[in-house]
Amino acid sequence: MKITKEQIQSHGLKLDEYKKIKNFLGREANLLELGIFSAMWNEHCSYKSSKIHLKKLPTKNKIVIQGPGENAGVIDIGDDDAIIFKIESHNHPSFIEPYQGAATGVGGILRDVFTMGARPIALMNSIHFGSPDNKKTQNLLNGVVSGIGGYGNSVGIPTVGGETKFNSTYNENILVNAMAIGHAKKNKIFYSKAKGINKPVVYVGSKTGRDGIHGATMASAEFDENSEEKKPTVQVGDPFTEKLLLEACLELMKKNSIISIQDMGAAGLTSSSIEMASKGKLGIELDLDKVPCREKNMTPYEMMLSESQERMLIILDDKKENEAKKIFDKWDLDFVVIGKTTDTNKLVLNFNNKKVADIPITALADEAPQYDRKWKKFKVKKNDFKIKELKKIKTDKALFKILSSPDHSNKSWITDQFDQVVMCDTIQKSGGDAAVVRVHKKEKAISISVDSSANYCVADPRTGGKQIICENWRNLISVGSKPLAVTNCLNFGNPEKPEVMGEFVECIEGMKEACEFLDYPVVSGNVSFYNETNSKSIFPTPVIGGVGIFDNLNRIIDMKTKKTGNIIIVVGKTFGHLTRSSFLKEIYSINDGPPPEINLTNEKNNGLSVLNLIKNNLVLSCHDVSSGGILVALAEMSIASMLGLKITKPKKFSDFNEYFFAEDQGRYLLEIEKNNLEKIEKMLKKDNTFYEVVAEVQNDIFEIDKTLSIKTEELYKCNNQWFNKFNAVN
Amino acid sequence: MKSSVVVFPGSNCDRDIAVTLEKLQFKNTMVWHKETKLPKSDLIVIPGGFSYGDYLRSGAIAAKSNILNEVIKAGNDGSLIIGICNGFQILIECGLLQGALLRNFGLKFISKDIFIKIQSNKNKFFNKYKKDEVVKLNIAHNEGNFFTDKKHLKELEDNNLIPIKYCDEKGNITNASNPNGSLNNIAGIFNKNKNILGMMPHPERMSDKICSDDSGLPLFLSLMN
Repeated sequence: MKITKEQIQSHGLKLDEYKKIKNFLGREANLLELGIFSAMWNEHCSYKSSKIHLKKLPTKNKIVIQGPGENAGVIDIGDDDAIIFKIESHNHPSFIEPYQGAATGVGGILRDVFTMGARPIALMNSIHFGSPDNKKTQNLLNGVVSGIGGYGNSVGIPTVGGETKFNSTYNENILVNAMAIGHAKKNKIFYSKAKGINKPVVYVGSKTGRDGIHGATMASAEFDENSEEKKPTVQVGDPFTEKLLLEACLELMKKNSIISIQDMGAAGLTSSSIEMASKGKLGIELDLDKVPCREKNMTPYEMMLSESQERMLIILDDKKENEAKKIFDKWDLDFVVIGKTTDTNKLVLNFNNKKVADIPITALADEAPQYDRKWKKFKVKKNDFKIKELKKIKTDKALFKILSSPDHSNKSWITDQFDQVVMCDTIQKSGGDAAVVRVHKKEKAISISVDSSANYCVADPRTGGKQIICENWRNLISVGSKPLAVTNCLNFGNPEKPEVMGEFVECIEGMKEACEFLDYPVVSGNVSFYNETNSKSIFPTPVIGGVGIFDNLNRIIDMKTKKTGNIIIVVGKTFGHLTRSSFLKEIYSINDGPPPEINLTNEKNNGLSVLNLIKNNLVLSCHDVSSGGILVALAEMSIASMLGLKITKPKKFSDFNEYFFAEDQGRYLLEIEKNNLEKIEKMLKKDNTFYEVVAEVQNDIFEIDKTLSIKTEELYKCNNQWFNKFNAVN
Repeated sequence: MKSSVVVFPGSNCDRDIAVTLEKLQFKNTMVWHKETKLPKSDLIVIPGGFSYGDYLRSGAIAAKSNILNEVIKAGNDGSLIIGICNGFQILIECGLLQGALLRNFGLKFISKDIFIKIQSNKNKFFNKYKKDEVVKLNIAHNEGNFFTDKKHLKELEDNNLIPIKYCDEKGNITNASNPNGSLNNIAGIFNKNKNILGMMPHPERMSDKICSDDSGLPLFLSLMN
């Protein structure tokens, strides 16, 4: 049977790519082989458009144990402890079926982490929805939030934080990025590289069904109005089986019987088996009659391309089969030897006593196409903005409007649906600058923050890329931790368009610059292209998940102001940068001009100075200044404690709003005791770090002399109403 | 004291409660649901989680497991049993406690810190709390909306079998402080002999000052009294 042009195209392959396939095989492919190639060569699995640029990112330093290329990144946090983490997108499935799409996104990222030997200790997420006015938004928001909760709560891993944003750019293409963080012993980390010939290849976990067939190909295609017809390609999650699989795998990992292990994620059995063989430079032979199936009469094509969830592939030491099987029997999970490793460097599939596929492994993995796609340099608009030309707005009115906007509103409507404290090691839940989770039974903790700023990236991808790394770094500093490393999820449009590719390339280069300067390596990540509908691409949205460390549980701080009479200083200079700010967006609907600039030298200097003050127990609470500027950050500190603030008028600005709502970078608000001010001043001077006093903590009135006076209760109310109102309207 | 924590597939608060018990010097054993014998213990804990994925109905499948026969026997013989969250659901499903736990009012999973008011402390479980004390605990459930018929409710009320009710920070038992729609703000109930307690809030999640608070510890200290 000859493969037709239509078959090639319906598999998301280009005609010249098929030509390459024929060359590798020395013959026509059969349909199964075509399916396997399409699964391995699509953007999602092969990173064919992104690989040459991803290589620019720094991925090593002395704490990195494993960088990109494995299921997740691994870092050393001292003693015998390692932290394993990764973020991944599940955008397309979540738009089609929000509950299952989001749930299986969580399931997939958890497996990436426990495959490597870690017990997951926390989940985070970054979710972006269309405009609240869009009629799909409410349903998507509800579905995604309950899907994330439904999965994580059931498996029993706390969801400790994240971010939720709304913008019409995501109206037809929402973003659901989930991050998992796990803890392992440094000398007990498991990799996917196969070793040894004739070793049993074992299938464990759920049975294979017809769900999710070609999910990875779907994730590599644009959406159009028929996309909702793709529902059958969305996988269905079963958190109960995931929990069993997690416990069974961790139990087996305590023994010395696993040679390599890989979860069946995107492109299921295909990618997991090929990945293991490819990394070990071996071949693999599978007997598909043995694959545990959920449905009758499944074809090899369906088995190889199914994306049924909660499945793993393990290469075992051949003498340990019985011991391993006992563990999976205990947990009532399938455990079946479905094949063996070979020295042929080929993927050979047998079914009904016939060889049904025979493909060189290198053709599927190393020889997958790689493109240096055309890209267009981004033109950044000049900053010709003048606040004087705007109609004046009272500062309190502007503050209320920003605090009650969807992006700035308190997110407890969302986070109350997530179990944030199961496992009993959560020290700081969501709502602060970073989540803090203790390393179980140890006197140390990690901090985690997930951030994005698409609004900056769309205006200047290079600065935006730099900015988001810096903001993430800042958030980890603000709780008193030392930032260690990041994972990234790069959500972009169609890479075949030079403008989109340009955004991608420049974002990466911005990130690279910041990561190198801050010694903040990227240890894992995921690229999600083709986030567009009817040729309209989303804003470039890189999402960063950073992890930091506390070596002392007594130095963890939050943003709640502590005591009246204390003063608040702002570290870092305010220049009055307003373009791309929440102030202009929420009050004037202006979304134009360049984002605030990043000065890496100041960024690093300010951050390290703040960390030093925290380490010296001189800081009582801290909050980074980000979207919304100083006044919004001060209000958030007040809302957290319900204590008021007496705020000083800025000296150098004729228009207060320019000072209070500017989004200049590298700034932190610090609460300190008055009598420590002199000491702190000396320390900051020595570091050459700029600071100024902005406020004093007082009873329950939030005020700026003569301009504004609000009860903290009013601030709280204003900040806590949007989600309830939005969801009360059906 | 000796304790046993029963572990079902899908339990996920078993480790948390074990950590708390061990911190208080309980000699604790984890008992797998397939076991047919319970070790001799002064306290049996049915922990929270999603036993059997909460499929069919929360707690329904766990109530039919091997080990539950032993738990029922022990309960009827007067052993101290506490079921927390999913454990409460299981105790109701197996008949050791009466009533029903419906889906939360609002039909959403709720996880947050709440307050309960101690209604009576003259029992094995709450004697280290003061009567009317307001205690912060955490809840995390989908089906915690307690309901029962009038006759049973009267029996519970007349015999001091409702030890804890949801309240606000100041101790007011109001609709606004009822997180899940439970009848009369009921957060936990006893059986007739007060040796079996089912409660939705998680005391083990408030047993460590560094993470949260230690306002849940007196419950376990009471048991040692």
